[in-house]
Amino acid sequence: MSFKKILTTAALLAATITTPAMAGDSIRIATEGAYAPFNMVTAEGELAGFDVDIAKALCAEMKVECKIVAQDWDGIIPGLKARKYDAIIASLSVTEERSRVVAFTDHYYSNSLGLVSAKAGDFDPKALEGKTIGAQRATIAGQYLEDNLGDKVSVKLYDTQDNAYLDLSSGRLDAILSDKLPAYNWLESEEGQAFEFRGDKIDIDDKIAIAVRKKDSELKESFNAALKAILENGTYEKINAKYFPFSIY
Amino acid sequence: MSWEWDVIIEHFPRLLQGAWLTLELVLLSGFAGLMLAIPLALMRVSHRPWLKAIPFGYIFFFRGTPLLIQIFLVYYGASQFEIIKNSALWPILREPYWCAIITFAMHTAAYIAEILRGAIQSIPKGEIEAARALGMSYPLMLRRIILPRAFGIMMPAYGNEVILMLKGSALASTITLLDLTGMARTIIARTYTPLEVFLAAGVIYLIISALIIFLFRYLEKRFNRHQHWPNEKPKDLDPQH
Repeated sequence: MSFKKILTTAALLAATITTPAMAGDSIRIATEGAYAPFNMVTAEGELAGFDVDIAKALCAEMKVECKIVAQDWDGIIPGLKARKYDAIIASLSVTEERSRVVAFTDHYYSNSLGLVSAKAGDFDPKALEGKTIGAQRATIAGQYLEDNLGDKVSVKLYDTQDNAYLDLSSGRLDAILSDKLPAYNWLESEEGQAFEFRGDKIDIDDKIAIAVRKKDSELKESFNAALKAILENGTYEKINAKYFPFSIY
Repeated sequence: MSWEWDVIIEHFPRLLQGAWLTLELVLLSGFAGLMLAIPLALMRVSHRPWLKAIPFGYIFFFRGTPLLIQIFLVYYGASQFEIIKNSALWPILREPYWCAIITFAMHTAAYIAEILRGAIQSIPKGEIEAARALGMSYPLMLRRIILPRAFGIMMPAYGNEVILMLKGSALASTITLLDLTGMARTIIARTYTPLEVFLAAGVIYLIISALIIFLFRYLEKRFNRHQHWPNEKPKDLDPQH
């Protein structure tokens, strides 16, 4: 092998290594798969939901191939840092703490929190003292519960939202503090028939966005451009209508 | 990547709180498991087939299924039945703490029973025969010969089982308990520093393991002290006194 050839190979190699996630090839996107209706696994074992539809629409707009993978919630940000994938579209809220470790695009929907309790019970959101309230660990709801109600109520944190619903049904919990939109979906389902929202929604200025690594600013910009495009051309509206009868942007 | 020692220092007291709960779970379930294992093992070495069948089925089930599934069945499964929710057991079963202790105790009892059975069967025949020749009744023989000897023989394997339970106790975090692992995961959910916090938790687990190892060395010596006397100074035999 000539010296020149070695140099070109090395340069090519370096190019493949340093190229950010973009460059026309494929992007790996992580979602959780346990947060209906935003991301869930269908009976056929495929990822589906609002997040997944948005991800596909964005990829189509950006004209890149995307691979969507499922990743447990606890490890979803560490996995991004470890380059297991290039972006997270998993209903991830923008927070100060998260912004220190990842970069966020513009928001693609907004959320508020709500308390869910049994229709038959006498749970009063104005008298929370001594109640047992559950939430999913590592979520805004969980942190809100610990920070604002931690000294009043007994806080229980669950690995998945489903486990929290199970304990609400079993009567171990007086209420769940949850993101309002997925809870709306659960209340519509058969299991959720005996439960309802109690009290006012808690507005927490919760914007949901796509997370990428801090260095991948090019990827972030192309997501933003694609997001703007699907908001303008009606694609977003169509996906929204598929899941909620009201706009969630 | 940056390494943040402050995170460990800042959250260390909470990790210790979690470690305390872990210790409680392991010690309580370990003790309850041992108490449950003794009758199981004694039934297991019986000569009556129907008496042998009960512990066999129990051990087969608890050894053959993952601890994670057992703890889920007890915690989330039991609460799906109205009968259980209306029974006197519910005040206990609604607490994740007791669900964890019950599951761990039943799980570890299956393993301890097998260890104890092996130990009982490896007691030299002559010792049992000697006890019989002295006219000891079965309960007396059990109390003075069989169980003390079996405990001496099983101590190393039992210590091993307790350490396995220590690590298995991390599953308590899946039913909302803030044991060492649960606490670590809750801290990580805020700080996003899994390596630092898990390293600290790992070190605490190691220290607890070390304590358990030393405890069992001591117990082993104590139960087998009759075998060590030739190495000690025979001061009691000194004719000068």
